[in-house]
Amino acid sequence: MTGLLKRRETSLFIITVIVIAAVALRARDFLAPGNFEDILKDSSILLIVSIGQLLVILTGGIDLSVASVIGFTGMSVALLDRAVPTVPLLVILLLALLIGLALGSFNGMLVALFNIPPIITTLGTLSIYRGFVIVLSGGTWVSADQMSAPFRDFPQGYLLGISNMISIAILVSLIFAAFFYLTRTGREVYGVGGSPLAAQYVGINVKRINFLVFALSGTLSGLAGYLWVAFYASAANDSATGLELQTVAACVIGGVNIMGGSGTIVGVLLGSIFLGIVKNALTMIRISPFWQVAIQGFVILLAIVVNTALDRRAQASMLKRRVL
Amino acid sequence: MAGGSIRRSSASASAPDSPAAAPRPPRGARLRARATQWELILVYLLVVVFVGNSFLSPYFLDAPNLLDSTFNFMEKAIMALPMMMVIIGGDIDISVASNLALASVFMGMASTAGAPTPILILIGLVSGSIMGAFNGFLITRFAIPSIAVTIGTLSLYRGIASVILGDKAYTSYPKSFAYLGQGYLPGTHIPFELLLFVLLAALAGFVLHRTVFGRRVYALGNNPTTARFSGVRVDRLRLIAFTLNGLAAGVASVLLTARVGSTRPNIATGWELDVITTVVLGGVAITGGKGSIWGVILAVFLLGFVQFGMALVNIPGQVMNIVTGFILIIAIMVPELIKRGRNRASLARLSARTETAARS
Repeated sequence: MTGLLKRRETSLFIITVIVIAAVALRARDFLAPGNFEDILKDSSILLIVSIGQLLVILTGGIDLSVASVIGFTGMSVALLDRAVPTVPLLVILLLALLIGLALGSFNGMLVALFNIPPIITTLGTLSIYRGFVIVLSGGTWVSADQMSAPFRDFPQGYLLGISNMISIAILVSLIFAAFFYLTRTGREVYGVGGSPLAAQYVGINVKRINFLVFALSGTLSGLAGYLWVAFYASAANDSATGLELQTVAACVIGGVNIMGGSGTIVGVLLGSIFLGIVKNALTMIRISPFWQVAIQGFVILLAIVVNTALDRRAQASMLKRRVL
Repeated sequence: MAGGSIRRSSASASAPDSPAAAPRPPRGARLRARATQWELILVYLLVVVFVGNSFLSPYFLDAPNLLDSTFNFMEKAIMALPMMMVIIGGDIDISVASNLALASVFMGMASTAGAPTPILILIGLVSGSIMGAFNGFLITRFAIPSIAVTIGTLSLYRGIASVILGDKAYTSYPKSFAYLGQGYLPGTHIPFELLLFVLLAALAGFVLHRTVFGRRVYALGNNPTTARFSGVRVDRLRLIAFTLNGLAAGVASVLLTARVGSTRPNIATGWELDVITTVVLGGVAITGGKGSIWGVILAVFLLGFVQFGMALVNIPGQVMNIVTGFILIIAIMVPELIKRGRNRASLARLSARTETAARS
């Protein structure tokens, strides 16, 4: 099974390289180091949120509310920064994490405690949280010149020659890679997705895991909420709308099984960068940006069909081996 | 059936002896048994909303105004009918609003090229059905969960619509086309949209509750494996349900496009929330296998008039969605809590009984 997973991620890597080569043939600037850094910076937010989505999908759920959590958290911290520009960045960051945690926990509570299916829970909170953005902002937005300098400059900053955006994405990836591979709870997330019933029988607290993944997904979206408004230097009422579909896309492109139980951080990393490359490439070879959503939908479908077919073949070969 | 009877027929769950609901006495008795607690609750809530709205606006309870207010939610109501079948069958379709948008774009293209109204209707219905069938094809052919497929097509259909439209909009539609979304039955105050919904709801109710096809949908939702072993052609059934769902999105697309007279890339964005909320509020189990047409009809008018009431006090659409979102969640939470309470009560009774049995 791990061999197969590895192969899937390798094939995605090869496809990515082919896309890069194809685009580079049409537009030389695409391969410029500056542009590549732009792609990575642009993909950082997507990667952070997609890791949260990965957690939820691994348990067999889905979190459609991530973009609304980003919108709400981003608006909250931006309004705070506008009202009190002296609030230190660290407090802003902590607050963003906490707001995200609260919103994610609400999702988790509905799913774990009240047995409401994740798709329904988060379809509801997608609208609820987005509605709260409007209530909070009163329909206005926070523009770049209303933000304090440290608030706005952090995502543009560098530490040891690496962009802060990229560092944070790497840090989050490492933390969650450690969570998945080194902690018992991390393994339990896979167990719940593989078979909730079996997980229950071996003594995994399924409710706790279901709550935890939504809480973590919310927390990561909260972090992304601050990064979003600071990186794009504007907190609008509709910021990040539709991002939930991109995170699902990043996961399934990265080989995450949409029914839960299998998928890796490396896959999600490749999936996010792949989407970032496609988005950047469309602009580079001057294709209308309106194509982006359609291509994204097509890629989601293609990835799911391919993943399902591969899974089935793997199962068939496993069965055959057992017969022999 | 006259459109004016809609309030009577929607109230019939509480009054099973009304002629519309119970032409034969034995069926009336059965209906009374089946008119669940949930549907009664919906009737009470509907009354509350009516009273509330008439406080908000003195003009609300005026018959022509009341009929006119249904324009705002009949397209969603029509989409809720086959969505109900899809959900009872244990699936879900969150691509319906994108399906509606793309069908509207196709009609806009045809209209700009000078197509007459009948052709436009045909294009809307056929393209909607094809998109629905495509969902069903992917789901059944590749055995992919419907959530996953329709998340993809939600993005794909809307994406194609915005590729075709760009930043433009189609705004020229024939005069006769507008009737479908804005017209009344000649000589009355009954909107054509409302009449169409009543007819389609009657059809959906008949199919679900009175035909073999309908029984199979319930069987499928209760246990797909058992259904398959009982000789139900499960995949064909699901394909049909998704195609019907696409067809209804096409119908809604015709009505909405005719009503607003234009097609923009963001037309009907987020409507899947309203449609699914209606179905779930109507008492249809999100896990499949359970639900009745009366509940959904009641939910259509309940949600429709709640949103209309909010519009009366000028609440913006996205804030309205907060309420809709909460309604969706509460509508699922309450039956779950009732079920849990009942289980606990019966468990307590059981343990009390065993205790007395052990003592004697």
